[in-house]
Amino acid sequence: MVAVQETVERVKRIDVDQYRYGFETLIDSEKAPKGLSEEIVKFISQKKNEPAWMLQWRLKAYRRWLTMTEPTWARVDYPKIDFQDLYYYAAPKPKKSVSSLDEVDPEILKTYEKLGIPLREVAMLEGVEPKPGEEDPARRKIAVDAVFDSVSVATTFKAELKKAGVIFMPISEAIREHPELVQKYLGSVVPTSDNFYATLNSAVFSDGSFVYVPPGVRCPMELSTYFRINERNTGQFERTLIIADKGSYVSYLEGCTAPQRDENQLHAAVVELVALDDAEIKYSTVQNWYPGNSEGKGGIYNFVTKRGDCRGANSKISWTQVETGSAITWKYPSCILRGDNSRGEFYSIAISNGFQQVDSGTKMIHLGKNTSSRIISKGIAAGKSQNTYRGLVTAHRKALGARNFTACDSLLIGDKCGAHTVPYIEAKNSSATFEHEATTSKISEDVLFYCIQRGLSQEEAVGLVVNGFVKQVLQKLPMEFAVEAQKLISISLDGSVG
Amino acid sequence: MALLEIRDLHVGVEDREVIRGLDLNVDAGEVHAIMGPNGSGKSTLSHVIAGKLGYEITGGQILFRGENLLRMEPNERAAKGVFLGFQYPVEIPGVTTMNFLRAALNAQRKARDQQEFSTPEFLKRIREVAGSLNIPQDMLKRGVNVGFSGGEKKRNEILQMALFEPSLCILDEIDSGLDIDALRIVASGINALRSPERAMIVITHYRRLLDHVVPDVVHVMSRGRIMKSAGKELALELEASGYAQFEDAA
Repeated sequence: MVAVQETVERVKRIDVDQYRYGFETLIDSEKAPKGLSEEIVKFISQKKNEPAWMLQWRLKAYRRWLTMTEPTWARVDYPKIDFQDLYYYAAPKPKKSVSSLDEVDPEILKTYEKLGIPLREVAMLEGVEPKPGEEDPARRKIAVDAVFDSVSVATTFKAELKKAGVIFMPISEAIREHPELVQKYLGSVVPTSDNFYATLNSAVFSDGSFVYVPPGVRCPMELSTYFRINERNTGQFERTLIIADKGSYVSYLEGCTAPQRDENQLHAAVVELVALDDAEIKYSTVQNWYPGNSEGKGGIYNFVTKRGDCRGANSKISWTQVETGSAITWKYPSCILRGDNSRGEFYSIAISNGFQQVDSGTKMIHLGKNTSSRIISKGIAAGKSQNTYRGLVTAHRKALGARNFTACDSLLIGDKCGAHTVPYIEAKNSSATFEHEATTSKISEDVLFYCIQRGLSQEEAVGLVVNGFVKQVLQKLPMEFAVEAQKLISISLDGSVG
Repeated sequence: MALLEIRDLHVGVEDREVIRGLDLNVDAGEVHAIMGPNGSGKSTLSHVIAGKLGYEITGGQILFRGENLLRMEPNERAAKGVFLGFQYPVEIPGVTTMNFLRAALNAQRKARDQQEFSTPEFLKRIREVAGSLNIPQDMLKRGVNVGFSGGEKKRNEILQMALFEPSLCILDEIDSGLDIDALRIVASGINALRSPERAMIVITHYRRLLDHVVPDVVHVMSRGRIMKSAGKELALELEASGYAQFEDAA
C-alpha cells in the first residue's frame, strides 16, 4: 500500500533526540579510582562508615561475582561491558557533612528543581492545606529521597514520617542506625548470589532508600526516590529495601533521569520488598533514563533486579511501571507469593523508540495456598526498537488454588520495530488456574485517518490512540504521576510517525 | 462561486486510474446523491476530498470556497468545514467518545483561532446535541465505537456531524448495514442538519436512503466518471433499469 509506505518514510525520519533531562550538572565530585577490586569494595564500605558485618557481606558478594558470567538469554544485543573501565563510586564533594537541606550544594538543588522534583519541604507546605475530609490530590504531600550519582543528597519530611513511626532514609544511614532491621532483611529477597548484576550490586552499592513501616501503620504520604546519574563512566548501583510490617501499607515511587552522553552508562539496581501478614506495598516506577540518540549512540544500560516477597498471609505487592528510557532494559519486577492468600500484581507500560531494546516482564511465583496474581503488560514499539515481554508464572506443588490472569498487549507503530511475547507457565498442581491472553496490533492508517479527519493532527492522533491503549495501567499510578507519565508517553513517541 | 468545485479530477491508486476526469459542482444548501456500482470510484472520491493518504492525484483540482483543497492536510480541511461520515467507522479502545469529541472539536476550534471549549461548555454542548439525536449519555462514556452496533456507529457519525457543524458533509454509504428503524433515525438526523449554509454529498448504492433524505441532484458514477446528473427522479429510474447501461457507456 502506498499509505503504509508513507508511514514507513516518516518513521525513517524518527527523532529521539528530544530528551529533556539531558543536561549535566557541574559540581566537584569525589570518585573512587576506576575499576573493581577488593580494595574498591573496601573503599566504598569505608566511605560509608560501615560496620564490619556489612563489609564482609559485600566481599562475599564480590568473590561470588568473580565466578559468575553475564546472562545472555535476553533478547538484547550490546557490546561487551568492560567492568574495569567504570567508576564504582562517585559522590558530590560535600563542604562538610550534610545534615540539612541548607548544606546541600546549591547546584544539586538547582538540578532537582530543573527536573521538577521538589526537595524543599517549605515549598510544598506553602500551599493551602486542604480541609480534613476533602483531600486535594494535587496537593498531597510526597516525601522525597534524592540520590545523585551514588549518594543520597536529601530526604524530605523525615520528621513528619518519624512521628508516624515510619523510617525513610538513605540505606547507608539505615545500615548504621538500624542494623538489626537491615541485617534481618537485606538480601533476604534477592540473595547476594542471585544473578550477575544483583551480585555486582551487592558488592558495590553505595546508596539507595530504606523504608520500614511498623505494624498497623498506614504510611501518611507517598514516598518517592529520585535517581540521577550525573558523572561520566559511572555505574549507578542503588539498593532499595522496603519492609511493610504486619497490617501496614505504603506506596512508593521512583523516578530516574540521566544526562545525554555519547557513551553508555551502566545502571544495575536491586530493589527488595518484604510484606508481612496483611501488609500491602505499592511500588511505582517512572523510568526515563537517557535512551540514546537517533543513531542508537549512548543511553543507559538498565540491568535491574526487583523482587517482592509476600512473606505473610493476606499480604499484597503491586508493581506498576512506566518504562520509556534506557538504551537497554533488562528488568523483571517479580513477586514471591509465599503467604497463604497473598496477591501479586504487575502493571507495565514499556515504550521503545529509536534503537531502544526492551526485555522486560515479571515472575509470579505461587508458593502459598489460594494465592493470586494479575499481570497486565502493554508494550509499544516504534522506530527500530525491539520490545519483548518475558514472563514466568509458576505454581508450586503446595500452592493449592493458585490463580493467575495475564494479558499482554503490544502495539506497533511503523514496520521497522518488533514486539515479542515470551510467556513461561508452569503448574505443579492440578488446582491452579492460569489464564493468558496476548494481542499484537498496529496503529492502522484507517484509525489515524479517522482521527485526523475529525481535526486532530497526526501527533495528537497517535497520542490519543496510545493513551487509550495504556489507560488500564496508567490508572494504577498515583494521580500526580499518572499525569506525568501521560506527558512522558507523548514525548517518547514524538516524531514516531510524522 | 460554488462551495465545492471539482474540475477534471484524475486519481490513481497503485498505477491504476480509478477516477478519470470527474467534474462536480456543489452549492451551499444543496444535497447531492452519488450512486453507482461497486468499484465506480465513489468511495475514492470521498477519501480524496477528505485527504486520505495513498491516492495519487494525477490531474485536475478540487476547490473549496475557491481554495485549493488538495494542498491542505486532512485536519486543516476538517477545520475549514469538510466532514466525512465513514462507511466503516473505526474503533478506538480506551478513548471515550466524550474525550475524543472534545479533543477533535477543540483542535478544530484552535485551528480556526476560536477559543477552545472549557469542560463545562463542552459538556453543555454535547448534551444538547446528543439529546436532539436521542443518543443516550451512556454511549458517550464508552470507548469510541467499541462494542457499538452497526446502527450505533452510524448514529455516532451523525452526532459528530451535528457537533462539528461542518459546511460540507460527505456521507459514504451511511445506510450500509442499517435496518429500517436505524435508517429512519439516521435519516432524520441528516435532515435536521440540512440548512442553506450547508451542502451534503450522499453516497449510496440504494434508493432506500434517498426516500428519506430527498436529494436536489442525483449523479450516476461509473468507472471513475459522472455519467449522468438529474433530479431526484433519476434514483427511481436507476432502481428500475440498473447500472448496466452506464457501465457499458463508460
